[in-house]
Amino acid sequence: MDRTSNFLTRRDALKLAAMAGMAGVVTAYPGRHSFAAADQTLDLAVERTRITVDGVTSNAIAIGGSIPAPTLRLREGQEVVIRVTNRLNEPTSIHWHGLLLQGVMDGAPGFNGFVPIRPGETYTYHFKLRQAGTYWYHSHSAGQEQEGMYGAIVIEPAERDPVRADREYVVLLSDHTIESPNSVLRNLKVSEGYYNNKKRTLVDFFRDAQRDGWSTTVQDRLDWAEMRMDATDLADVTGYHFLVNGKGAKDNWTAIYKPGERVRLRIINGSAMTIFDVRIPGLPMTVVAADGQNVAPVKVDEFRFGVGETYDVIVLPQGDKPFTFFAEPIDRTGYARATLAVRDGLEGEIPERRPRAILTMADMGMSHEGMDHGAMAGMDHSKMAGMGAGAMPGMDHSNMPGMDHSKMAGMGAGAMPGMDHSNMPGMDHSKMAGMGAGAMPGMDHSNMPGMNNGSMEGMAKAAASSNDQAMGWADAGTPPGAKALSYADLKSLTKAKDVREPTHEIEVRLSGMMSRYIWTLNGNKFDEGEPIRVAYGDRVRIRFVNETMMAHPMHLHGMFMELENGQAGRLPRKHVVLVPPGKTVSVQLTADEPGEWPFHCHLLYHMASGMMTRFIVERRSASL
Amino acid sequence: MRLIKAGQHKAVLLAGMLTLASLSGPARAGEEHEAQQFHEEPPVLATLLVDQLEHRWRDGENSVDWELRGWIGGDTHKFWVNARGSKPVEGGVEKAEFQFLYSRMVSEFWDVQAGIRYDVRPQPQTTYAVAGVKGIAPYYFDVTAQAFLSDEGNLSGRIEAEYDILITQKLILQPLAEINLSAQRVRELDLGRGISNIELGLRLRYEVVKEFAPYVGVSWERKLGETANIARRHGEDPSDLALLAGVRFWF
Repeated sequence: MDRTSNFLTRRDALKLAAMAGMAGVVTAYPGRHSFAAADQTLDLAVERTRITVDGVTSNAIAIGGSIPAPTLRLREGQEVVIRVTNRLNEPTSIHWHGLLLQGVMDGAPGFNGFVPIRPGETYTYHFKLRQAGTYWYHSHSAGQEQEGMYGAIVIEPAERDPVRADREYVVLLSDHTIESPNSVLRNLKVSEGYYNNKKRTLVDFFRDAQRDGWSTTVQDRLDWAEMRMDATDLADVTGYHFLVNGKGAKDNWTAIYKPGERVRLRIINGSAMTIFDVRIPGLPMTVVAADGQNVAPVKVDEFRFGVGETYDVIVLPQGDKPFTFFAEPIDRTGYARATLAVRDGLEGEIPERRPRAILTMADMGMSHEGMDHGAMAGMDHSKMAGMGAGAMPGMDHSNMPGMDHSKMAGMGAGAMPGMDHSNMPGMDHSKMAGMGAGAMPGMDHSNMPGMNNGSMEGMAKAAASSNDQAMGWADAGTPPGAKALSYADLKSLTKAKDVREPTHEIEVRLSGMMSRYIWTLNGNKFDEGEPIRVAYGDRVRIRFVNETMMAHPMHLHGMFMELENGQAGRLPRKHVVLVPPGKTVSVQLTADEPGEWPFHCHLLYHMASGMMTRFIVERRSASL
Repeated sequence: MRLIKAGQHKAVLLAGMLTLASLSGPARAGEEHEAQQFHEEPPVLATLLVDQLEHRWRDGENSVDWELRGWIGGDTHKFWVNARGSKPVEGGVEKAEFQFLYSRMVSEFWDVQAGIRYDVRPQPQTTYAVAGVKGIAPYYFDVTAQAFLSDEGNLSGRIEAEYDILITQKLILQPLAEINLSAQRVRELDLGRGISNIELGLRLRYEVVKEFAPYVGVSWERKLGETANIARRHGEDPSDLALLAGVRFWF
């Protein structure tokens, strides 16, 4: 890193010295570092730096002198020129995540003719903003994003903003490790489960056998072992510090409000590998935008946050008591924390930590294999009284075509397509009229591999003691009565411009080999298989079929995907779609941006291990 | 490593091993190259696991035994090295075997491997052609099966299986079993036809970190059939029970 010092200007040196002196207060507020919207030209240097998180200092890379990088405050319709200078001793790039722009400006090396920015070189990005909302930017080279190369983009709408707020903050979540990205990738490839320190042990076996019975527990362990899969495989990498705007949990980034103000939080998941569960205990959030695109307001208590996604929420903090913004990774190995307070220096309570989930056979998409769907008509949910949604993750009702949901009073049919009951916290099946016990005799749970009666009992018990055990990937441990955002809730604020039925369907199988740490799309590593080709102007459907037991935040560059979540005519537009383990999720899009776009899992090490392809939108030739 | 210094052949092979091991250095340090390649192709990696390096206490003569494996390569193609051996605490190396294999991924859990095996000890030194499979069988058994054809035309085989039982995250019990077979009698190596020996082991290791674990255990080896008879004729005990302690490490 001594080479870097050659590039240091006097001012940089002073800044570094200042940083060293103020351990724990390394980065500037993203807001304070903003560029005025009037600026037509921005200069951003990429350089090696050090970051101190909760008192621990390690290597990092900064864009524009800070981590996170300065928030770019821009205006819709504006022409933006951004000069990026590479002061590293390795190639770099910056990708504008979620922005609609010409292919070469997208900044992904190897796509659309963009070549990496060589050390010492300056690349000039030039594009016109065709959208408004919350987005972000990050490196698309090697593991640089993991080392700190990420920042927020806030684009004010050209017209009146439908979202009214008195005050706003960018809340950029990220994960930071003292390990170099290459070392992380090597460990993942060389030693299976290297970062999993929560594997199931003999001690767990005896505990589960006590709780669920011996035969159930033995069968469960045999099922997993037969597949050579690990039920504790929630996150590939551990050892992270979880940051809010570059600050660790102890550093406690604080947002100031005046009681009664409407505060807009532009929340961005800029992590390399971390899916979060986000909540502000005592302060409901109204989601007003997803992935930068306005949605009909939805009031929630918490949401699950895929890597690369953004949510804008409005909160109305009252009184002068501090609120804790709390984001727990799904493997519960720590938390990101910030505070909303009336003045600096206040700290809210750290809420109780949520239980870590154990994956179930349903997360493999296997729970209903070979099941007689006809027999499902006899399933009696009313007997499952007292089973909160958290206890039902093993049951994906969307896979049960034989079951007549329309009989469930109080549940609109419109909400049914693709419904996953496990995502519906607070739902009480015992209240479903028309599904009384009498109407449904003869349900035989033993026909459901991986879901026999024994494990049902186990689930019921788990529900009773859900503080120490959550079952299935989707179980966020949401308390009864609390509302967690579901993808089905997202409804675009504006009507879709293109409502044509897709003319063809592209299936994208998400697969991988955990033991070797190879991740693939349709069975192929990046550039091993054929790219996806779509004709310009076509309306297509993409079906993501997740064959793995991990969730994959699938990101398409260049175009928004319209999530098929039942909100006909108002499908939410997303640049990242989180596909849960064992599930199928579909999106539609109009291929109206010609180019060769990266299409990949936004988990950094999945992408690096092959989970990427080219999505090519081809201009029709003259003869057509 | 001092253990196998005796004998020049071994020194050469050891040098080869160390060269391979040192290659893992550049693979880690070559960040500039990898930075360019990160999306385009996975990096070339190398690793070396010293699975057993242990002292064995037994009724007869105590010994030091080792078993290690390493590879360099990518997801699909690897150059693979195995080595194992044994040396009485007093005296020269009794057994020293090296394998140099090309290893190719054929499925999610299996590699096929082919190459040469070179036994420096026991004398006479023997070279074999090797073909085999290595991988993870259902229920997480780590399995290696190999067939050997010696330069004298003798055919033999070996099947190994091991299993990790996590008592806690760091305390791991590892049972293992190995069976050696021979298609014919090999007079020079005191081998009979059929199953020549089986070995059962049980090692309890504590992973201080994932990369380093001291362990204690027990190993029981039994020569069978004709091979056992040959051993008895030489006045040896066909069964061998040893308590052991050692370290397992990788990098």
